[in-house]
Amino acid sequence: MPTATPISRVNDFVVRFANVNGSGSASANELFARAILRMGVPVSPRNIFPSNIQGLPTWYEVRVSEAGHLGARGGTDLMVAMNPQTFDRDIAGIDPGGYLLYDSTKPLPRSKFRDDITVIGVPLTAICNREYTDPRQRQLFKNIIYIGVLTALLDMDVAAVERLIGEQYQGKDRLIAPNVKALHIGRDYATLNLNCPIGLRVKNSDEVGDRIFIDGNSAAALGAVFGGASVCAWYPITPSSSLADAFTRHCAKLRVDPATKQAKYAIIQAEDELASIGMVIGAGWNGARAFTATSGPGISLMQEFIGLAYFAEIPAVIFNVQRAGPSTGMPTRTQQCDIICCAYASHGDTKHVLLFPEDPTEAFEFGALSFDLADRLQTPIFVMLDLDIGMNHRLSKPLKWEDGRVYDRGKVMTAEELEAGKDFGRYLDVDGDGITYRTYPGTHPTRGSYFTRGTSRDKYARYTEDGGSYVDNMQRLIRKFDTAKDLVPRPLQANAAKPTKYGVIYYGSTAPAMDEAIGLIEARGHAVDRLRLRAFPFHSSVASFVADHDFTFMVEQNRDAQMRSLIVNECGIDPVRLVPILQYDGTPITARFIAKAIGDHLEALKVKPLKVSS
Amino acid sequence: MTYLAKPKFHHPNLPKNALGYTHRDYEGTVSTLCAGCGHDSITASIIQACFELSIEPHRVAKISGIGCSSKTPTYFLGNSHGFNSVHGRMPSVLTGANLANRDLIYLGVSGDGDSASIGLGQFAHCLRRGVNMVYIVENNGVYGLTKGQFSATADRGSKSKRGFINTDNSIDLAATALQLGASFVARSFSGDKQQLVPIITAAIAHQGAAFIDVISPCVAFNNHAGSTKSFDFVREHNEAVNRLDFMASRMPIEVKYEPGTVEVVEQHDGSKLALRKLAADYDVHDRTAALGFLQQHAAKGQIVTGLLYVDEAPEDLHAHLHTVEAPLNTLTEKELCPGEAALEAINASLR
Repeated sequence: MPTATPISRVNDFVVRFANVNGSGSASANELFARAILRMGVPVSPRNIFPSNIQGLPTWYEVRVSEAGHLGARGGTDLMVAMNPQTFDRDIAGIDPGGYLLYDSTKPLPRSKFRDDITVIGVPLTAICNREYTDPRQRQLFKNIIYIGVLTALLDMDVAAVERLIGEQYQGKDRLIAPNVKALHIGRDYATLNLNCPIGLRVKNSDEVGDRIFIDGNSAAALGAVFGGASVCAWYPITPSSSLADAFTRHCAKLRVDPATKQAKYAIIQAEDELASIGMVIGAGWNGARAFTATSGPGISLMQEFIGLAYFAEIPAVIFNVQRAGPSTGMPTRTQQCDIICCAYASHGDTKHVLLFPEDPTEAFEFGALSFDLADRLQTPIFVMLDLDIGMNHRLSKPLKWEDGRVYDRGKVMTAEELEAGKDFGRYLDVDGDGITYRTYPGTHPTRGSYFTRGTSRDKYARYTEDGGSYVDNMQRLIRKFDTAKDLVPRPLQANAAKPTKYGVIYYGSTAPAMDEAIGLIEARGHAVDRLRLRAFPFHSSVASFVADHDFTFMVEQNRDAQMRSLIVNECGIDPVRLVPILQYDGTPITARFIAKAIGDHLEALKVKPLKVSS
Repeated sequence: MTYLAKPKFHHPNLPKNALGYTHRDYEGTVSTLCAGCGHDSITASIIQACFELSIEPHRVAKISGIGCSSKTPTYFLGNSHGFNSVHGRMPSVLTGANLANRDLIYLGVSGDGDSASIGLGQFAHCLRRGVNMVYIVENNGVYGLTKGQFSATADRGSKSKRGFINTDNSIDLAATALQLGASFVARSFSGDKQQLVPIITAAIAHQGAAFIDVISPCVAFNNHAGSTKSFDFVREHNEAVNRLDFMASRMPIEVKYEPGTVEVVEQHDGSKLALRKLAADYDVHDRTAALGFLQQHAAKGQIVTGLLYVDEAPEDLHAHLHTVEAPLNTLTEKELCPGEAALEAINASLR
């Protein structure tokens, strides 16, 4: 018996799989997560993988939460330790009272284990060697066998797993029976030889509802499809490549003319990020909706072009799926570390519109919206995803589109208007909102043509080095940026039940962990109001939120509190009013981390906790 | 100096083309380049070619990078949209523009620094992809705007105005274009308008990636003794392989040539190129032989000019991508948005 009481929880625990990259474990582990979803219990899986194709350690974490917490929690209740390379630290990471499932084919000394956990050994290698002769099969079915063991240990509905296997191998039917057989080999071994179930259990529930299971990159790509993107130029880079892949896949299904089989889209895998953003700008200049998908290093390469698009006022959409930098950094680990480099991308005075989706649903919405914003504002729009949102499947609200929604193509002067003699000045602010009219190339034989350049020009797009004209134009660009404040998604505020002097600001993939952390913070007797940023430039409510609280925590996933700097700079706020809470080790921020950091901070200030009534 | 409008007055009896335009309708603003600059002759040749082809000026998109050459698109086709983009990156901007609207004529103007130095990568990749365009390099071997540094097309052993000898090997853009799969490759000389105009005309009619390397002496920084891009040097070492006459598809072929000396090449759009052979053994359809010919002559210090290679039935990028006939920039939510029901089906597949 372990020295700590074994954890006993239903539909509320974390299972972590430790595997070797390239061993085929990911699909088996995903099968496990999906099976729990089919039982009506919310899960959020996270793939923690190396920058490697084969051999390095990889982990897959499945958080089971009937309460619906989809952020990373921190800690592990059940460790499925299948990688000898990381065995020791995997065991060290189990919560007291937790469980270990390991391959007991080779006896291990007692010193390899812990006294305060329940150790469950299954001779997986021996079973596989007995059942299969082909080494590849031994490896692949080992994964399914441990899933079978888990279905018994966790009291899962094995029929749900079988159905999923059937769906997964639809069309390759000969693979179904061997997989189901492997599943039962594991399940039967556990039922006969182990104490099943353990303290952790999955019970049928009805908490999934109509939600869908999708990764943020696919959702963003669907946003681009529905938002009318017709040109995509990209260069492969983790963690954004799957966004372009998904766009390609969806376009092949949804954007091919059924009669002619011709494509209503063009996708180019460019030679580098300079070319991909150049193509996007060329297409945007010429009136198509165009985007690229990239990550931090790609953004660095695009800087010069981004400045051109800002100054020459060309619509472009850039999906930045952020990863840990600087330089190559940790290419397969998540961070929110490109806030400053995107907000002020390029040389000279520039400011850019950034959108911060919290999950795949918003990645879809903001993805589609970004094309309207780019056309309306005639400027690059950054959709700031990160690896955590982009590359993990997340239980999300269904994607929504209303037929009849019209694309906002912005201020484009037509041949008819030009023919009627309407005055056209490419940089002439006729409406006072800083946004000027443009024409598409080839519109009219004698009117409306202009020369686009990155050099200074007057209101009629004529080259000039006159200081007054330059300043006038730069001021108009600021006016345009102000206009953007009311066009971008507003921040969402959620106040504590009782009035409080403290607030917290957060954004993007921090949202689910933050939402959960609020409950933990309240349980410690504190109250904080929340503001989730969804875009830059900041709406006026950001400054007033900070002003309304004695101080505000800034929760971010980067070292330098970049969003804090942006708020301080853009809203003219005293930095001491914004307290940074930062996690930037490359793993997704957890509810436990946030709650502890904020709770400890408030307690260190000797804040008298509110009475907790139970 | 900011902007000089060019007076539009002209002689009432100037010749008009099929559209009723005179060559003045194909002009732009006054050039701000040095007097005598080779680039201005190229500008004049572009104007002449577009006039002769009776192109609607607004159906041309002029795209350039950065440098003296890249400034020139303001000096021609004033009723066309132009885009003076980023140094060395004209090809990507042009590619994107071409994807957005396949119906316009794309004229990319670049220089040797722009294409062979900073932009060699983009130069290579847009030719590989077969973008339907005319890509003109106004090649003077030096950086003019920054006052005479060597570019990557400067020949090894050539002397700069300040007296430095170039020790780096040069990049032959025409040979590189051949190797990369451009379907129309030519080299000409800004001082030989009679050769250049029909080459530009034929390149515009060509429905694929057309590349023209035009040696264009820099009168300010590279027209001295010891330079291999000076007017004198190029005139002395010019080895033209052919003389080209261009005939648009609607023009009847007027055979005025000695039999056996002329080859007529019909392009995909119906236009015809009458080639008067100057080098008897030169075959404009043989890419590999053309490469060898260029290298052998370069080794002798000769500059091979003329139409070097043409593929009469090229495939362009849109053909590779199987894009719809309608320009992508004309598609609306009706054609582009799959709609609510399609999204519902996607949602259902994700449960």
